[in-house]
Amino acid sequence: MTTDTGGVGEILEAPLVIEYPFNRTTGPVIGAFLTGLREQRVLGIRGADGRVVCPPTEYDPQTGEPLTEMVEVGTEGVVTSWSTVTTPRDGQPLPGHHTLALVRLDGADTAMLHVVDGHVATGDRVRIRWADERQGLITDIAAFEPIRGGA
Amino acid sequence: MPPADADRTVTPFPVGLWEQPQPSVPGEAADDAVQRIRVPASITYRYTPGAAPTRFLRGLAGKRILGEKDPVNGDVYVPPRGMSPIVGLPTTEQVELPDRGTLSAFCVVHIGFGVNAPPTPFVSALVLLDGAAVSLYGTLLEIPIEEVRIGMRVQAVWVDDDQLEPSFESIRYWKPLDEPDVAAELLKGHM
Repeated sequence: MTTDTGGVGEILEAPLVIEYPFNRTTGPVIGAFLTGLREQRVLGIRGADGRVVCPPTEYDPQTGEPLTEMVEVGTEGVVTSWSTVTTPRDGQPLPGHHTLALVRLDGADTAMLHVVDGHVATGDRVRIRWADERQGLITDIAAFEPIRGGA
Repeated sequence: MPPADADRTVTPFPVGLWEQPQPSVPGEAADDAVQRIRVPASITYRYTPGAAPTRFLRGLAGKRILGEKDPVNGDVYVPPRGMSPIVGLPTTEQVELPDRGTLSAFCVVHIGFGVNAPPTPFVSALVLLDGAAVSLYGTLLEIPIEEVRIGMRVQAVWVDDDQLEPSFESIRYWKPLDEPDVAAELLKGHM
């Protein structure tokens, strides 16, 4: 391919990184969720209809009313949907072939998106593998691992 | 736990801006709860500026500022984009502009960002080069912030000759020029 460059010769090219260093206030609900992760506990929140939403939301997904009752849920759960990542890009949670999955933790009525280290199918049981150093971020859950032979 | 923004310079915010209810974790004291997180988001591109900006950037490597002229009304655009945004025709004639101009707008930056940003607070400026129709973005230094005003005359401070590159960063910053201010009315339409 030839390109008319208007007599400038080779067109310049350079890497360009667009970066937003967001500093987010977490609020009382997400803050409690992240604080719990740091302590190896997972918290949901009770919705207006009594269902447990996890990760917790500040407002009821159906009615929009403010929610306040934090509820601890389990560290194991069931895969409700999944997708495989065969060629991860920079910044994805695991360097090799992995699975992104929706996991409904025991005691919760909604599913959370996270990474599974391994192959799973819908209905499989998984458990949290905690990060060695936890700092109050969603990555304090290093990954979910399949529970083999369990159901 | 240090504040989440401990690795960048931030001048004080108005009281109350970061205040929020304390998280409460069942069975835990609230005083060490997570209240802020850093959530960096970035996208890496391979950027090609195109023919006209390439001509402009190569000019900077030679310490020259090259604009391009609107073929119909004669306005000089810098940095050039290769076409006139007013009449929609390609610009064809290159025009060398001086590295002096007039401050057409500015703001005082209180939150530092970018690897080359000066210490906060500093002045981010638009400079209307003499002979140009539109302003160029830059940083204004060497003057107390409270003395900065629209219409003041400024001049580019370049990097050392051996550091010149086809990059906008070949202009380090702008500094005041000891000349009378330009009346604000004369800057209308040139922001």
